[in-house]
Amino acid sequence: MPLLLERKTQPQYDVIVVGSGAGGGQTAYVLAQAGVKVLVLETGRNYEPTKETPMFQTPGQAPLRAARTPDKHFGFHDATVDGGWTVPGEPYTVRQSNDPSGKFRIASDWLVAEAKQEWMWWRPRMLGGRTNHWGRIALRMGKHDFKPRSRDGLGIDWPFDYEALAPYYDKVESLIGVWGSNQTPELENTPNSSPGVLLPPPKPRGYELLVQKHAKTLGIPVVPSHMAIKSGHPNYAQVAERLHPGDPKAQEIFVADARQRAPCFWSTPCGRGCSIRANYQSTTVHLPPALATGNLDIITDAHVREVSVDDRGRATGVHYVDKKTRKDMHVKARVVVLAASGCESARILLNSRTPRFPNGVANSSGKVGRYLMDTVGADVIGQIPALEGLPAWNDEGAGTALHLYAPWWQYGEQLAGKLGFARGYHIEISGGRQMPAHGVTRWMTDLNGGAYGKKLKDDARRYFGSTIHLAGRGEMIPNDDSFCEIDPDVKDDWGVPVLRFKFRFSDHETRQAAHMHRTFREIIEAMGGRVISKLATDGTKAINPGGSVIHEVGTTCIGSDPRNSVLNPWCQAWDVPNLFVTDGGPFVSNADKNPTLSIMALAWRSADHMLAEMKRGNL
Amino acid sequence: MNPPEPVRISRRDALQWVVAAGAALGAAPGVGFAAETGARTAKPYGTDPVLNKTYRPGDLWPLTFAAAQRRTAVALCDLILPADEKSPSASAVGVPDFVDEWISAPYPIQRADRTVVLEGLAWLDGESQRRFSRDFAALDAAQQSAIADDICHKPRAKAGLEKAADFFALFRNLTTTGFYTTPVGMKDIGFVGNLPQVKFAGPPKAVLEKLGLA
Repeated sequence: MPLLLERKTQPQYDVIVVGSGAGGGQTAYVLAQAGVKVLVLETGRNYEPTKETPMFQTPGQAPLRAARTPDKHFGFHDATVDGGWTVPGEPYTVRQSNDPSGKFRIASDWLVAEAKQEWMWWRPRMLGGRTNHWGRIALRMGKHDFKPRSRDGLGIDWPFDYEALAPYYDKVESLIGVWGSNQTPELENTPNSSPGVLLPPPKPRGYELLVQKHAKTLGIPVVPSHMAIKSGHPNYAQVAERLHPGDPKAQEIFVADARQRAPCFWSTPCGRGCSIRANYQSTTVHLPPALATGNLDIITDAHVREVSVDDRGRATGVHYVDKKTRKDMHVKARVVVLAASGCESARILLNSRTPRFPNGVANSSGKVGRYLMDTVGADVIGQIPALEGLPAWNDEGAGTALHLYAPWWQYGEQLAGKLGFARGYHIEISGGRQMPAHGVTRWMTDLNGGAYGKKLKDDARRYFGSTIHLAGRGEMIPNDDSFCEIDPDVKDDWGVPVLRFKFRFSDHETRQAAHMHRTFREIIEAMGGRVISKLATDGTKAINPGGSVIHEVGTTCIGSDPRNSVLNPWCQAWDVPNLFVTDGGPFVSNADKNPTLSIMALAWRSADHMLAEMKRGNL
Repeated sequence: MNPPEPVRISRRDALQWVVAAGAALGAAPGVGFAAETGARTAKPYGTDPVLNKTYRPGDLWPLTFAAAQRRTAVALCDLILPADEKSPSASAVGVPDFVDEWISAPYPIQRADRTVVLEGLAWLDGESQRRFSRDFAALDAAQQSAIADDICHKPRAKAGLEKAADFFALFRNLTTTGFYTTPVGMKDIGFVGNLPQVKFAGPPKAVLEKLGLA
């Protein structure tokens, strides 16, 4: 990917975007396509998915059969560079659940199953950020999700409703390529896309069909997933017109690049990234056409530490540490956009202290760092005798991506107060005949009494593919006890003060996690199977650690009142009009809809506002 | 969706055994020495390794097994996964090399496993000598099974052999991991995939019928 390798920037840009993931990539794409001169700063290294992705590599080709290690927390082939739950040279501090002193310590946990930290924070250090490895689940938030407080009295309403974001969901889905299906009638709080936007979903896998059949008897709908994976060629001219109406040059750039993206060839795990560019990564979808406009420069290894502001309180640019030279650099622009990720953008704001902004830039409300949320996660594994001893067939599908999922189905009962927790979850289904990996037969030991020898081989043949993994992913309600702030004592290797975290789930989340375990057991038993993982009736034992689902949002909240929000409805800082945040930070609710698609829709809407304000001469 | 975390139920048990074994088996200096050197000189592969290339055991860090340890490991691998009419034995596809790579790696889990495996192999030869006056690799199949049957499942392990059962469980997991992640093992277990296709066809009719979905 052609970058600004000589590290010489222009003296002045229209817009600086800090971060190159979902939010930064989307912002840069919209602005560069509109003719705005953009500089993207990325703290990680350059990363080229077309050259670096280990497509078709087997675990047998990797060290330790690709097992997780302290160097590669999601396994050897995962598309994460220099990061994970810890990043070399860039600590954060947390409290330990087993330490009554409540002292903050430098985070070191790397195995979620054994984590003792109150909060876990996943960061990569590479161009494109987490979009390179993410799960590609692309769900729209629905009308309830934007108005949770109005609906049930809890949490915070967004300053606009679903209709304000709907056109941008259509645009993002069209740009990145999302497969899925519209449901008739539309499922509650699970919006359909406009006609012609979604790409066709693939056929379900065997275990998915079986879950669908039996979940139905429990009243749980199992429908095609929505995944940011190109399942076929769209009508490019139509898509281009939807994305860039009346702008032939932008349309041409989009089409030329989109045609280079091959459709999915139904193999190899998406978490490794995709060298044929079938799935969405910022590095394969946003940045290449943005660079093709000639309006985008990118500097990697640029560790932004603060936003600079002038005497009038306007942003003038950003200071960054050039990791290659360790020099402090300053670049200037008319507009600064932070898209460094939820928490990291808050860190930059909190570290930008001036006499005018003693608590950090854009923090007159005191809300920067507040309302940190993750997704509620709980998982159950079941073994299904009906899936034993089947003839071998190719059931791999789109790598590890879901073909089916179950959206939340109990809105009515929940609103009536019958469930004991206020918000819902969806179910992600995996399992079946995936490529054997570390520990492939370990679970069989309890089933076959510790067999070895010929019997173990026969059992492996019989039981392979007969497990399913049900993962609940649910909404967390923001609370006052979950936030990040600057640690007064710890700096990273670049001299930048780091974040420390406080985090807790409320009963709404832990009861939801207990409900997940109960429901998943019911599904597994309805299938004639048995649970082979630990079941918990106590939600505090069922729930995964905070941060472990890697959906951290909040910390630079959006709102309609400058007294209690950081950003206005356009993701624009109330205090500093030429400063925006377009990552997960603006979220004031974290619906059970994985946030990446909404981050992009929000970023596009914000970028459109920037363009309009620039045209009006307000920026 | 994040990949499911591997279930590591026996980790704490294994670590406890490391402590216990260290105290109990102080009279095995050769093993203790080997347990220290390899792992100390090994370097981690770091947080940004090249992903799209093939690594072989020994490429990244020196291996550990001395000839006698390797002989015992080969015999145990092949007791756990012997050749049959459908596929070769574990050692025929390099599984002992993988086990050696694993226990030679400079990471905490592998370092704990290293002690478990090296002490376990020593225990296995000691037990073979005690019962049959020969090392494990020299025993016939019935004799090997006589020992394995006592330790192959912890809930049924004989009193006093719980730690040996932990060793066996770990070794079995390493052996099956090593075997079923090779092309031969993947074929044997019935994995079809890792191949590009124009369309995803879904399960064939015969499978749908068996699942009651046709």
